[in-house]
Amino acid sequence: MLHNLSIGELGRRLSSGEISSVELTRHFLARIERLNPALNALITLTAEQALAEAKSADARRRAGESGRLLGIPLIHKDIFCTDGVRTSCGSRMLDNFIAPYDATVVTRLKAAGAVMLGKANMDEFAMGSSNETSFYGPVKNPWDTSKVPGGSSGGSAAAAAARLAPFATGTDTGGSIRQPAALTGVTGVKPTYGRVSRYGMIAFASSLDQAGVIAGSAADAAIVLQAMAGFDPKDSTSIDAPVPDYEAALEAPLAGLKIGLLREFFEGLEARNAALIHDALKVYRSLGAETVEVSLPHLPLSVPTYYVVAPAECSSNLSRFDGVRYGYRCANPTDLLDLYKRSRGEGFGAEVKRRIMTGTYVLSAGYFDAYYLKAQKVRRLITDDFRAAFAQVDLVIGPTTPTPAFSIGAKVDDPVTMYLNDIYTIGANLAGLPGLSVPCGFVEGLPMGLQLIGPHFSESKLLNAAHRFQQATEWHTRSPRGFE
Amino acid sequence: MSLTRQDVEKIAHLARLNITEQEMPVYVTSLSSIVNFVDDLSRVQTGAVEPMAHPLDGQHQRLRADLVTETDSREKYQANAPAVQAGLYVVPRVIE
Repeated sequence: MLHNLSIGELGRRLSSGEISSVELTRHFLARIERLNPALNALITLTAEQALAEAKSADARRRAGESGRLLGIPLIHKDIFCTDGVRTSCGSRMLDNFIAPYDATVVTRLKAAGAVMLGKANMDEFAMGSSNETSFYGPVKNPWDTSKVPGGSSGGSAAAAAARLAPFATGTDTGGSIRQPAALTGVTGVKPTYGRVSRYGMIAFASSLDQAGVIAGSAADAAIVLQAMAGFDPKDSTSIDAPVPDYEAALEAPLAGLKIGLLREFFEGLEARNAALIHDALKVYRSLGAETVEVSLPHLPLSVPTYYVVAPAECSSNLSRFDGVRYGYRCANPTDLLDLYKRSRGEGFGAEVKRRIMTGTYVLSAGYFDAYYLKAQKVRRLITDDFRAAFAQVDLVIGPTTPTPAFSIGAKVDDPVTMYLNDIYTIGANLAGLPGLSVPCGFVEGLPMGLQLIGPHFSESKLLNAAHRFQQATEWHTRSPRGFE
Repeated sequence: MSLTRQDVEKIAHLARLNITEQEMPVYVTSLSSIVNFVDDLSRVQTGAVEPMAHPLDGQHQRLRADLVTETDSREKYQANAPAVQAGLYVVPRVIE
């Protein structure tokens, strides 16, 4: 079926004229109409605009243009500003917000000729690990609709897993691409901090946020990342460095590759989950890679460090939502203070308010040194641990999550338990490192992810290692029942 | 360490968040558990470690030429505002 084809194969069929982008777009729009109600993965559908974009992509092809994404449909996480289209960030606060410009990620993918089908559901302001904090209701996991898809890019991951689009964009502040990709059995890539522009991507924690891609395979992700990555003068933390040819590096042999097994990632990991990772290591050894154990002694501190740094940055970033210039405003404010407090109190959901207050507390007079400054110091210790590991090995490997997808509602009352879902993914964000998750097997019918993390700007090597793994395994080709 | 209701009221005021009577006990409990959780950091020896504010070392804030590069989009931007009058954002009276 058309929706199970890779981006590479779809591109070949588009360029041979076997299919048109309009046909492809109609195919995916029909799937969304039929399958999305059970998943709640998309919260805005832009069918008319999509067909117009598809027509224009077909015209560009007829005019002799080519391009890996020309005419390929996609879904954007609703954190990316899309000119003229509601950009809600999963919040009541922005339920009525029509973005007045495109995010750079959107601009670049548009220029490449990709066709936006709609916007994906997400945890409110990307704060969550289960997609249950969305104002628009939870997203369901296509593998079992009583389970969460992970978060915060839960809608993007569920849409990619159910093949509602060949790929979706996501953002990863503490694991928000890799964790949902793992829990829904797809490939998720979080690039190096600064590799992809943050312009027009609604900010959560500015020193951690990074945009990336969720797709069916590492090879597809490489094509998409190629179009997304690169310097952007509009983002002051964007890295001005050339983007390597990710696709060209995919087939490189892995002989001699040194992979570090993260000891701390296996402490307390359930035997069935650990077994899948050890199976994956066998695959890597059969491909010629060498595996050694490495230790990152400060890594267990990454969750508490993150839950100081991220809320601190969030409390500052979200102060812009004041009920004055855009977004939700409360009814009948008595004075300006009442307008601020009630607009924010009513416009933000419970978890967002919790993070804003956590951040306000750790930044407040008398606590700044004990929490924020301390966390910034521990952040350096964690980063130094990674640096030491990368002096010995080319990349490190471990599980993406401690468990497969959990039931909707199971963890909503206990924030700290929910926060611990990201125990394996947060380290890469604190250190600004690229990481990715690929499917590596199933536990009780639910997919599990294998995580690879590399040094700064090692996306080529990571995609190469993931692609080689996917050539030797077929976990990434499985489809959830009912979504084949 | 446990936060009191008064602590949470003060934080909520600083954050300009209206917290309802119903929500308050939930936040007292959950914020206390989060503060306890992040208190783990106090046990780490950090001595002379330099605090890390940016994930990539050696990055500097770029400066750009002081030139106008954006066009005036005031009307487009104000289309999202809850209340606008004569091109100005309207808020409750601040100065009597």
